[in-house]
Amino acid sequence: MPGRSARRSGRAWVPYAYLAPALVVYGVFLLFPIGRAAQFSFFEWDGLGESTFVGLDNYVTVFQDGRLLEAFGHAFVLIFFFSILPLGIGLLAAGVLNRAQVRGLGFFRTVLFLPQVIAMVVVAVAWRQIYAPDGVLNGALRAVGLGHLTRPWLGDYTFTLPAVGLVGTWVATGLVIVLMLAGMSKIPREHYEAARLDGAGALREFLAVTLPAVRGEITVALTLTIIAALKTFDLVYVTTRGGPGTSTTVPSYEIYRRAFETGDVGLATAVGVVLTLVVLVITAVINRIGDRS
Amino acid sequence: MKVSAFERATNYVVLVFFALVVLGPIGVIVSLAFGPESASVAREGFALHIENFAEAWVVGRFGEYMAWSVVVAVIVVVIAVTCSILAGYAFGVMRFRGSGVLFALFLLGIMVPTEAFIVPLFFDMRSLGLTNTVWGVALPQAAMSIAFGTYWMRTYFRSASLSIIEAARLDGAGSFRILWQILVPVGRPAILTLVLLTFMWTWNEFLIPLVMSPSGTVRTAPLGLAFFQGQYTQGTALLAAGAVLVALPVVVLYIFLQRHFITGMIEGAVRE
Repeated sequence: MPGRSARRSGRAWVPYAYLAPALVVYGVFLLFPIGRAAQFSFFEWDGLGESTFVGLDNYVTVFQDGRLLEAFGHAFVLIFFFSILPLGIGLLAAGVLNRAQVRGLGFFRTVLFLPQVIAMVVVAVAWRQIYAPDGVLNGALRAVGLGHLTRPWLGDYTFTLPAVGLVGTWVATGLVIVLMLAGMSKIPREHYEAARLDGAGALREFLAVTLPAVRGEITVALTLTIIAALKTFDLVYVTTRGGPGTSTTVPSYEIYRRAFETGDVGLATAVGVVLTLVVLVITAVINRIGDRS
Repeated sequence: MKVSAFERATNYVVLVFFALVVLGPIGVIVSLAFGPESASVAREGFALHIENFAEAWVVGRFGEYMAWSVVVAVIVVVIAVTCSILAGYAFGVMRFRGSGVLFALFLLGIMVPTEAFIVPLFFDMRSLGLTNTVWGVALPQAAMSIAFGTYWMRTYFRSASLSIIEAARLDGAGSFRILWQILVPVGRPAILTLVLLTFMWTWNEFLIPLVMSPSGTVRTAPLGLAFFQGQYTQGTALLAAGAVLVALPVVVLYIFLQRHFITGMIEGAVRE
């Protein structure tokens, strides 16, 4: 606590004293390891013995290793399921909902947002039961006479990645709807009246009035969901462990596998650095586009 | 704006549809959790098998995992919220050299994925003997929550009335007294939101406890669940009961304080 004397003699140190605890914890357990990651990425190390300086070799490997390239490719596929699809559905649903006020919206908002607060591991366990060979999905398909479509959804080279992606769609869509509704509720009603007087139909009204007004919310929704897609780990770890084969492996899972299972610590940190740069660049681009309104 | 009965009806159809899509998978896991553990149990008749939860708690060791989760969450919430209030106060109401750069450093921590630093952090913590300890699991999560918390509390302190602070200062109150006796009590809603979000993120975190406790000494609830699924291919009812137990604390808090969760996650994402 700064005393009077301290104040009179200049209290330039006071703000730093308030910052100190946060800076120590944050510096030691987050900033310093980020620096160490950059350092690690120039070495080859199995986690136990001596390490060797290899320059940029690990980064070259990131762009040459088929499995790693595949992992980044899958992450971009997941962006479609975690971000683009929920944004499309969310805009459509919120656009329809915004046309009329109804009772009980608070209750529905609570339900729609629910997947955001449930641990991803729990979500993954639930969906594994749904996708299981004798699970709910195949059961439902058989019940409606589509038995020929049944398959082991998490054991199929073609369908597993979309199946995992749709779990992300399930998690993200409610968030996007809630975000869009919040943005649309701020649009003055007169804007719609004016558009209607001009003879605008529902679609024109949506494109001319609603969509430009929720630009900020779209930016937020894309940032949140794209980062979630690129960082996917729990979901893949619990549902598929990257399989079958390498069909659902993602950068985060490769980082874990290389660092702690195959003993390629340097390469794992290089993948982490690249993933971080991808996240930062995509975040910057989305926000730059969003700000231009 | 005129609203036709048709539009109103359409809204309910849309809302009910999405609510069912969200609740469907949750319903599946809850009904499995109350379901019979095996075909022989099923033959005894239709009943809610509440004993699944007791069995998951003891045999599935979910009681032990949840206890670890509570310990880790309490440590993270106390450290992260305290540090965030202090740092947010400095950034929000004080002018000092380097504040811009330092604040940018904290913002960086919100965006950087865990994967960026978890690998070197594990090996450095192993050298220090901190892996497989509760501190090794908790402190990195505290650091991550401090990044967001500092940003969040700064926003609150910026919005706090400067005239109150000025008046208190003229009364001779020191900066700590202004914080502790005026700003913290008034800012209880913002702080509660931060406590809830930090608790939720910590409770649901998977990668950090997975990496930081390789021997499984400190196995938090989500890890216990993933481990249980890997160990037993049979016993779906116990797995489902465990999943419900793991999700329950956060979901209960969410049901009672949902406004804090929703505004926190939405406003917290909107960065200036």
